[in-house]
Amino acid sequence: MKPFSVFSLQHAEDLSQVASFKHSRFLAGGTNLVDLMKHQIERPDHIIDLSGFDEANQITEDDGRVVIGAMVTNTALADYAYKHPRLSLLAQALLAGATVQLRNRASTAGNLLQRTRCYYFYDTSKACNKREPGSGCAAKEGFNRIHAILGTSEHCIATHPSDMATAMVALDARVHICNAAGVRRELPVRELYTLPGDTPHVETQLADDDLITAVSIDTVPRGTHIYQKVRDRSSYAFALVSVACTLRVNEGVIDEVSLALGGVAPRPWHAHQAEACLLGNPPSPELFAQAAEAELKDARSYGGNDYKVPVLRRTLTHVLNQASDHQRAHPSHEGAMYAR
Amino acid sequence: MSSITINQQEYALPSDPRTTLLDFLHQNLQLFGARKGCDHGQCGACTVLVDGERMNACLLLTFQLAGKAVVTIEGVADNDDLHPLQQAFIDNDAFQCGFCTSGQICAGIAAQRELQEQRPSAVWFDAYYTRLEDVKERLSGNLCRCGAYPHIIEAVTSTDSTPEA
Repeated sequence: MKPFSVFSLQHAEDLSQVASFKHSRFLAGGTNLVDLMKHQIERPDHIIDLSGFDEANQITEDDGRVVIGAMVTNTALADYAYKHPRLSLLAQALLAGATVQLRNRASTAGNLLQRTRCYYFYDTSKACNKREPGSGCAAKEGFNRIHAILGTSEHCIATHPSDMATAMVALDARVHICNAAGVRRELPVRELYTLPGDTPHVETQLADDDLITAVSIDTVPRGTHIYQKVRDRSSYAFALVSVACTLRVNEGVIDEVSLALGGVAPRPWHAHQAEACLLGNPPSPELFAQAAEAELKDARSYGGNDYKVPVLRRTLTHVLNQASDHQRAHPSHEGAMYAR
Repeated sequence: MSSITINQQEYALPSDPRTTLLDFLHQNLQLFGARKGCDHGQCGACTVLVDGERMNACLLLTFQLAGKAVVTIEGVADNDDLHPLQQAFIDNDAFQCGFCTSGQICAGIAAQRELQEQRPSAVWFDAYYTRLEDVKERLSGNLCRCGAYPHIIEAVTSTDSTPEA
């Protein structure tokens, strides 16, 4: 690991005391960043340590708005969301990710900002435009069965690995940001991430001095919540494909739906084309096939990940069928189909 | 708070901020129970308890833990009396080479508490699931290359007093 200096941040206002944000990294749980530093993929000169950022450790509810502090652990958030059926999608996604050891340490904001698990990003002997801009992309013609089929560019086909972020996109969560000048702003998670284009090393809209202080869910979509994850093992594996879905059927038509896809794109993918196809229509297998087709019409695969196109189509239609069947059998149902 | 408590003893934090908790245990304290399997948070052999919660010691920088209390496998027994789960690992023949065992036991102790506290796991969203499936899910962060899993699961379930839901 390259040597670094440490600044301990206690309050968001302390950002103004940070000497330089150039070559610096915020350190929350460290489950991803510390690993990347060991691999010499991240080589910060300065660490802004958030261990003492205690004001960001709370979950508060205000008039239906749930505000989750940036430092709330994945375990604490999963426990909270499990007890609130309207946040079931979040609990399902969080508990589908990683292991208890990692979730006990990983933070909410850190989960959003974790880096891709592309093999070639991790292998410093290989070309990667994300790690070393201009060096090329070894994944395009390499082993790319875990790679993206939507939103890619000729320069990068890596996926965003997070389950939680996929649920946050479906729930239209907002990130709360504070910068070194003390200016606070909010940004929908749906707009947080940039697509790779010809700058795959740029992954978000955040500036170097932007600190995420919280993530809020302002209005929870009503209806049945399903997070369906397809992976190589039944536990402790990243999504090859995942679907986060909330769906409500009212008076015979889908009157609320939100859909996000994980494991298939450089960012947690808001499936707004599928949503538009579904909204206001009576649920049917034919409609669901059309919705999947609308979202997948621009999909492009690279050999090893060709299978993801049909797997995503089938997973998406399966989830929509399950949610609408459940709505038919249990009118006005909210939350998980099954929970203890 | 520039100190850390490990197995009830207080220690000054190491001077080099790059020191992981796992390296601190090995190099500064000669506590070798937490193992370095992968050193990248993937195998669980370095699992320790931080303020009672299980974590991978290899991914923790020691300075992040100022003021925290860590328990390693060396600290789970009551002097000469083994922790019930340690005894259960012996009784159930729950290890072969033994490399992953200390991490498995620390994870198992935490998993039993999580079951007692009724903290959710992924299988709770399935239409049907068994206690066995729940325990397997909770222990998926600890790999055993010998494949002693059936006996490890038996050791953890046989000493778990949480009633079935």
